[in-house]
Amino acid sequence: MIVEQPDIHGIMAEFSSAEELIDAVKAARDAGYHKMDAYSPVPVEELHDLLHIHDNRVSLFTLIGGLCGTATGFGLLSWTSSLAYPLNIGGRPLISVPMFIPITFETTVLFAGLTAAISMIWLNGLPMPYHPVFNVDRFANASRNKFFLCIEAEDHKFDRKKVADFLQSLDPDEVTEVAN
Amino acid sequence: METVDLSKAQPVELPDTIQVGPVVAHGHTLATVTDKIANVVLRRKIGFGWVFGLLIVFGIMQLLVVSAGWLFIKGVGVWGINIPVGWGFAIVNFVWWIGIGHAGTLISAILLLLNQSWRNSINRFAEAMTLFAVACAGMFPILHTGRPWLAYWLMPIPNTMSLWPQFRSPLDWDVFAVSTYLTISLVFWYVGLIPDLASLRDQAKKRYQQVTFGILSLGWRGSAFHWSRFEKASLLLAGLSTPLVVSVHTIVSFDFAVGIVPGWHTTIFPPYFVAGAIYSGFAMVLSLMIPVRKFYGMEDFITMRHLNNMAKLTLATGSVVAYGYIMEAFYGWYSANTYEFFMIKNRMLGPYAPAYWTLILCNVITPQFLWSKKIRTSPFTLWVISLVVNVGMWLERFVIVVTSLHRDFLPSSWQMYYPTIWDIFTYVGTIGFFLTAIFLFIRVLPMISIFEIRMLLPSVAREKAAVKQPVQEPVQ
Repeated sequence: MIVEQPDIHGIMAEFSSAEELIDAVKAARDAGYHKMDAYSPVPVEELHDLLHIHDNRVSLFTLIGGLCGTATGFGLLSWTSSLAYPLNIGGRPLISVPMFIPITFETTVLFAGLTAAISMIWLNGLPMPYHPVFNVDRFANASRNKFFLCIEAEDHKFDRKKVADFLQSLDPDEVTEVAN
Repeated sequence: METVDLSKAQPVELPDTIQVGPVVAHGHTLATVTDKIANVVLRRKIGFGWVFGLLIVFGIMQLLVVSAGWLFIKGVGVWGINIPVGWGFAIVNFVWWIGIGHAGTLISAILLLLNQSWRNSINRFAEAMTLFAVACAGMFPILHTGRPWLAYWLMPIPNTMSLWPQFRSPLDWDVFAVSTYLTISLVFWYVGLIPDLASLRDQAKKRYQQVTFGILSLGWRGSAFHWSRFEKASLLLAGLSTPLVVSVHTIVSFDFAVGIVPGWHTTIFPPYFVAGAIYSGFAMVLSLMIPVRKFYGMEDFITMRHLNNMAKLTLATGSVVAYGYIMEAFYGWYSANTYEFFMIKNRMLGPYAPAYWTLILCNVITPQFLWSKKIRTSPFTLWVISLVVNVGMWLERFVIVVTSLHRDFLPSSWQMYYPTIWDIFTYVGTIGFFLTAIFLFIRVLPMISIFEIRMLLPSVAREKAAVKQPVQEPVQ
């Protein structure tokens, strides 16, 4: 079977509530579509399972960032105090661990926090000034009060006519083609 | 047997007698919430009141410019500090400002982890307050170093003299704590702003607004994939900020507690300082939010419930602080240490006794009015009380810094401390800076988190609760 190469990003349906969006995503999944994305003005937790979003990399990177911070902080203090600039203060140990804890803690939090924010932005593919979904005029409401489901043209089952009919059957407010 | 249909379950609501009304006024929808908050930034005309207010606070800020300039020329001798009172106003103001910042982090991080959804209406504003307060705080130690243009020596920067900061000093811990706190607060604030910046971008009609918010929102689309990572990152940042905020004021208290000066060298300092910080911070949130809520008609989102809850938190943290004062006095006597006992007597009866008793009046007596629900739900009275608490918390730091230093171990080195006009100008100038920043903030960014208010709407919240509960089959 030769699949027609579509010149569009996908087909988008607009809904008025999170419940309708959840039902639509369920129906689309049951109909066998995989490449799709849901857009909403509020986070909708139920979509994570439905869209198979199981990305724990933000947490993992944050952990790694935090450990790097610990190593950097403690390393800096130990190196400066024992090798770079040793100060003998009344014979106290050069690497005085309890006194190093506060700064080590701060560098841990600093590195972990920055990694959490940067990895969130980076894994989300941001900054991305242009994206096809912005071609839909009504998509401006995705950040206001409307919920959108977009079945993307990359889906192996994608067929312009069938997808449009399928989305229409879900009783949306509107169905639009998303130009690429 | 009676059955419960959990699919129709509603979020647990305490009766109105306890809650004092809803978190968001009735009748709002996703669209009205977005428009109402976004319009303050996008469409509201720049009014005379705002310009007038900004000019006043901007004028006050010039006191900071002038007094800092004079300090650069003449050195710290223009201030009233002397030996033994080397710390004076600069450190009093530093601790006061940084304490004010702490309520913002408490609201944005700790209340998020505790699932206190009412904080959604006030977290954005409180976080902005944190940033500006920490910026004010940061100026004082830098000015106090005497040669502020060399302040970067505090950072661990490799240099040709092979010198490093003294990493075992709480003063250097402060450098790390405060700079980390400022950075993480800024990052947390910006991450929380991204979805709202996207709303502003989409609602904007003017080209420059579309471009500015378009760049700032990084192309946020509200995709489920975005939200998933976003929520994870927010939760992680909240989890990191919570111990961070405690560590910051703990380290500030170490500046004192690690010294051997009577009245400073006590183990109660870290918890007592953290509670005092949150106490003053909540007072400042109330002092700022009550007028802003009124002038910008935000009573629908910052309801009586918020004022009531914040007043309760003020009362609770105020009680912890009161306990701290009692324990300080008790330790002075119970330690059987001549110097400690002298210090507490000197505080209560010495030359600075008026400051001490005013502080007790402001911080211990005044908040007792908050036991009354009538006062907690009367914005004007609450506003006055919050201002009194702000004054009281400033006096607390003044009493701690000055009364301990001015009469320590040797009577031969006793000396009185009086601030000069430059001390006062610098302090008042930072208040001008702080208020200028607040004035600009409320007009250029959404002062209330739009997407988090959407989550509070009954339609959204109920769906959430309904889906979360497993649906039980009715038992026959």
